[in-house]
Amino acid sequence: MAYNDSSESLPTALKVLIAGGFGVGKTTFVSAVSEIQPLSTEELLTSASVRTDSLTGVENKSTTTVAMDFGRITLDPQHVLYLFGTPGQERFWFMWDELSNGALGAVVLADTRRLEDCFAAVDFFELRGIDFLVAVNEFDGAFHYEPDEVRAALGLKPHVPVVLCDARHSHSATSVLASLIQHLLAATTSYSA
Amino acid sequence: MTVPQDGPWLDDDAGRLVRPYTVSNGRTRPTVVLDLLSMVKATGRVPEAHLDPDHARALGLCYDPTSVAEVAAHLRLPVVVTKVLLADLADCGAVTTRTPGPAADPADRSVLETVLNGLQRLL
Ligand SMILES: Nc1nc2c(ncn2[C@@H]2O[C@H](COP(=O)(O)OP(=O)(O)OP(=O)(O)O)[C@@H](O)[C@H]2O)c(=O)[nH]1
Ligand SMILES: [Mg+2]
Repeated sequence: MAYNDSSESLPTALKVLIAGGFGVGKTTFVSAVSEIQPLSTEELLTSASVRTDSLTGVENKSTTTVAMDFGRITLDPQHVLYLFGTPGQERFWFMWDELSNGALGAVVLADTRRLEDCFAAVDFFELRGIDFLVAVNEFDGAFHYEPDEVRAALGLKPHVPVVLCDARHSHSATSVLASLIQHLLAATTSYSA
Repeated sequence: MTVPQDGPWLDDDAGRLVRPYTVSNGRTRPTVVLDLLSMVKATGRVPEAHLDPDHARALGLCYDPTSVAEVAAHLRLPVVVTKVLLADLADCGAVTTRTPGPAADPADRSVLETVLNGLQRLL
């Protein structure tokens, strides 16, 4: 078994989710950091996957298609990071367990003109125990808020970082990802301490 | 032991390399368990010419290590359908796969450090 294939030499895929409300810049963010043109993939979600009664569920199940765009960063020959931008307009992706399972963490993009649009994502990650940070995407003409004002408005726990970014710029968006990973590293230290 | 009812894969002595029409049979329970981010790579052991067009197209996307998600995106097929094609390819030895197990612990420091180093190189 050890040698009938070369799967050991395949890279490990890692994943970070880019979430937030409709039109907040998720796709822009993914494009800015990705080494490939963002791709789009879709999953068919069956409401029966809500694990209801397996006998009656068959008749009631309905199917929804959820499309996600994603990009890729090759970190080294053995590690590839995938960034999945969640669809902002509908919440069905919350049912796509496979998408959030095993995610290292998440970036919640916020637009200060419509902060409430990211409540659903914040709630979801808190519920799932997925660590995240909030990145305020600074649109032209939007009133400038200090990170602490955003934190208060969103009711974030004190340890959740709030950073500012411009999702159109690769350097800015990559810095947000680095901040997320630093936050995750700090969290592992404090859990094991 | 249950005998499969849906036929086509029984004639293995005929040398068929993959069970054809698995997608149209609506069989969406692959034998190899693949994840959205399982990595796949062609082994080079099965020529595309031996496969039906869907499987051949999927295999053609795997010459460099790639993820199930990427193959699905390029095929323009739902992930669940792509997994069936790739599982068939794995079953017949055309691709190897690597699925991030639950061992891919989000709190694994060495993984996080690798990610951070990789990102910092881009900054
Ligand atoms: N000024 C400015 N515009 C931005 C910024 N980020 C995104 N945009 C623009 O905002 C619009 C929406 O961005 P998208 O990246 O499509 O947003 P999205 O979150 O993927 O949208 P949905 O997937 O539809 O929810 C686009 O026209 C972007 O060019 C930013 O940082 N500053
Ligand atoms: Mg988008």
